[in-house]
Amino acid sequence: MKSAHRKILTLIGLGLGIAALVSPPVFGQGAQRVYAIRGAKIYTLAGPSIDAGTVVVRDGKIAAVGKNVSVPDGAQVIDGTGLQVYPGLFDSVSNLGLTEIGAVSATVDINELGDYNPHLVAATAVHPASEHIPVARANGITHAVSVPGGGVISGQGSLIHLSGWTIEEMAIQPSVAMILNWPSMQTRSFDFATFSVHERPFSQAKKEYEEKVAKLEDWLGAARHYAQAAEKGSAANFERDLKLEALARVVRGQLSLLIMANDDRDIKNAVEFTEKHKLKMILAGGAKAWKVKDLLKAKNIPVILRPTQTLPSEEDDPYDKPFTNAGELHAAGIKIAFATFDSPDSRTLPYEAANAVPYGLPWEEAVKAITLYPAQILGVADRLGTIEVGKIANLIVTDGDPLRIQTQVKYLFIKGQLTSTDNRHRQLYEKYRARP
Amino acid sequence: MKRTFVSRWLILALAAVVPPAALAQGSSATVIQNATILTVTKGTIEKGSILIRDGKIAEVGKNVRVPAGATVIDASGQYVMPGIIDAHSHIAVDGGVNEGSIAVSAMVGIEDVIDPEDIDIYRDLAGGVTSANVLHGSANPIGGKNAVIKLRWGKDARGLLFEGAPPGIKFALGENPKRSNFTPPPGTPRRYPATRMGVMDVVRQAFTEAREYRKKWQQYNQRKAAGEKNLIPPRRDLKLDTLVEVLEGKRLVHAHCYRADEILQLIRLAEEFGFKIASFQHVLEGYKVAKEIAAHGAGASTFSDWWAYKVEAYDAIPYNAALMTQKGVVVSINSDSAEEARHLNQEAAKTMKYGGLSETEALKLVTLNPARQLAVAHRVGSIEVGKDADLVIYDKHPLSVYAVAQKVLIDGQVYFDREKDIARRAEIEKEKKALLEKEKKKDEKKEEKKPEEKKPAPKPAVDQKEMQ
Repeated sequence: MKSAHRKILTLIGLGLGIAALVSPPVFGQGAQRVYAIRGAKIYTLAGPSIDAGTVVVRDGKIAAVGKNVSVPDGAQVIDGTGLQVYPGLFDSVSNLGLTEIGAVSATVDINELGDYNPHLVAATAVHPASEHIPVARANGITHAVSVPGGGVISGQGSLIHLSGWTIEEMAIQPSVAMILNWPSMQTRSFDFATFSVHERPFSQAKKEYEEKVAKLEDWLGAARHYAQAAEKGSAANFERDLKLEALARVVRGQLSLLIMANDDRDIKNAVEFTEKHKLKMILAGGAKAWKVKDLLKAKNIPVILRPTQTLPSEEDDPYDKPFTNAGELHAAGIKIAFATFDSPDSRTLPYEAANAVPYGLPWEEAVKAITLYPAQILGVADRLGTIEVGKIANLIVTDGDPLRIQTQVKYLFIKGQLTSTDNRHRQLYEKYRARP
Repeated sequence: MKRTFVSRWLILALAAVVPPAALAQGSSATVIQNATILTVTKGTIEKGSILIRDGKIAEVGKNVRVPAGATVIDASGQYVMPGIIDAHSHIAVDGGVNEGSIAVSAMVGIEDVIDPEDIDIYRDLAGGVTSANVLHGSANPIGGKNAVIKLRWGKDARGLLFEGAPPGIKFALGENPKRSNFTPPPGTPRRYPATRMGVMDVVRQAFTEAREYRKKWQQYNQRKAAGEKNLIPPRRDLKLDTLVEVLEGKRLVHAHCYRADEILQLIRLAEEFGFKIASFQHVLEGYKVAKEIAAHGAGASTFSDWWAYKVEAYDAIPYNAALMTQKGVVVSINSDSAEEARHLNQEAAKTMKYGGLSETEALKLVTLNPARQLAVAHRVGSIEVGKDADLVIYDKHPLSVYAVAQKVLIDGQVYFDREKDIARRAEIEKEKKALLEKEKKKDEKKEEKKPEEKKPAPKPAVDQKEMQ
């Protein structure tokens, strides 16, 4: 009797234990799950697309992808019939998590005071509960680089997943690039106090520019000395300088310098400067990059383009210049990506890419420019950007071309977890749709 | 009898042999052939044609005969839709759009400051916009008069005006008129109003005054008509004249607003004074009170998906246009931006994704509906016989993100031609280089370079002469 009783208890105990192993994990708690997206058209971006293929996601990574991939036991299967799978979209220059309401400074953490803040890191201020994040990922953006702004050296951009309870869960690489706003040589400026355009002589603009560049060179020089001193071994009274420590990584070539510049003269000056100082440059903005494409090609400078939906820089520029820019650069052999440089509008990333397609950028290049190429430009293509075994499972499953406006994101994977596309906008829509 | 009959036939016979060249010279007939015609009101016609005569749509159908001497535009494989109407624009204005020094500026008007050389006219035209509601800004609870224009690039200021479009006026509620997002320059006092209470008070005071002013003039006119002598007329007030037009339903009110409560406040106030709001502009929380907006009979002109730039824009949702439409409001999507106006077709397409509007419903948001809001729907907004030939030819369906406008016609004339624009670029580039060389040589003689001289405004891409 007693042993039978014990056997039953043991069996019950075992049963409960097994139940615990296969019960679904609490959403977003970091539990491992296995998924299979079956029968979809897969755009791996690492080769030809796969018709009626299967992707298996396990432990946050892409475990298998192909036409004849078997679905593992216990996997949650997503029927991909009629659907398409792409790598998650990547907004590589954004302010996601750093701003909630633009006009309310209490909610904005983009620009710190001072011109030189190389030690500041965007991830420090990223607000994981920002409503902008679910809004952006609902349209397929799975990861982004949030960048600080202002001054000359704003700080370090952070690569984050658009999902996570804390910044630790979100951060892929807290320091992925040093952000620099190239001092622009402008003779014309707008004075808000008097609400008028202010003109100054070119010689004055040039002098101020040269002073700014000289100061920048001083900073780099100090960083170099600091790096040397640090390498020689730490003396007992060696004083750490957080700013120089951060800049030292740039001068050592360990951290790319993402330079914001749109004017062709500024771009040219920036390229010459980084070449002189042996720094790794990424051009961000690039409105007039088309004018200096030979230089960019010769020096292999990649370009993260500002939105195509901007007005031409000059009054007499062709009206479609912002649309043709990307195609021209691509045709010249320059690596390009698109980014929104924004937060609430991050969800429009695919349309910024789409608008370059009728004007000379092939469709697949436009898709790569918001998935693979930004990953390559930022040195994280080993982990992101394509659907290949071993990469992080950031994926989108759509009912059509992701660049197309009418397309819906049906399923969203971030860190290999099926993530909800619900967001504030959808909730408000449902709420007021139901108003009697 | 017989003689008259013969001579009449002779005259007719003579008319028949008038050489075609003479006809062509005076001919203002154009036929757009073989396109997919998106009429917006009468369905889609595959491989259809449109006959345009004297600037109006004369015929639409599958078998339109081409009159002798007519210009033929072959639109095979292409799409034609009505010209896009931007119900909220600030292009073509010389200087500021805000007479912000005073809370009620109903006496000022955009028509006085139209700038026909603003390149944004051309850029928006190239994006398919044929008409725009150019508004005063949102600095004041009651702003200035508007100007409805057609984007007839190349014409002068008067030539841009949409003749016959009823006049309008701009109102503004919320954060902008109460200046809560701006710090006044040091030494400048803050202007009333500073709260939403004050904003409504300004509107109420103004209309109370206007009502009394109207009564005084009515009384004066009655007494004069009755034969009374030595009457002193009331003092003329141009600001109140404008508001009386609103009271009498002769001037359309376009009210910038965001929050649901302020929308309702203005509806109640307007009804109290016996007038209607023609359109709420931005109206980002319109979806919350769509029922009330529809009941009042106002239109709503909104953004496709902008949000979070101000507190009052934090509850904005991209489903706004679709939800209001589904609740019976006449909705348009506008730009409030020279850049956004370049792709209003794409912004309309977003309502198919956010809210499930159909293709026709989406197209209406940038054609018939803004036309209705501006009370010019008898003239524009759809492809129907009798309406102005304001048309856009796209290479793909206009609701596709990949569609590019190829030609834009206003009053039957081609004002934008992408092929011709591209063909002229080399010439413009050469001219620019020559001008820069000239400047360089001049400067090489001086030590200090002067600020760059203003380059001449670019010539229209399509020569006006060609269209005669």
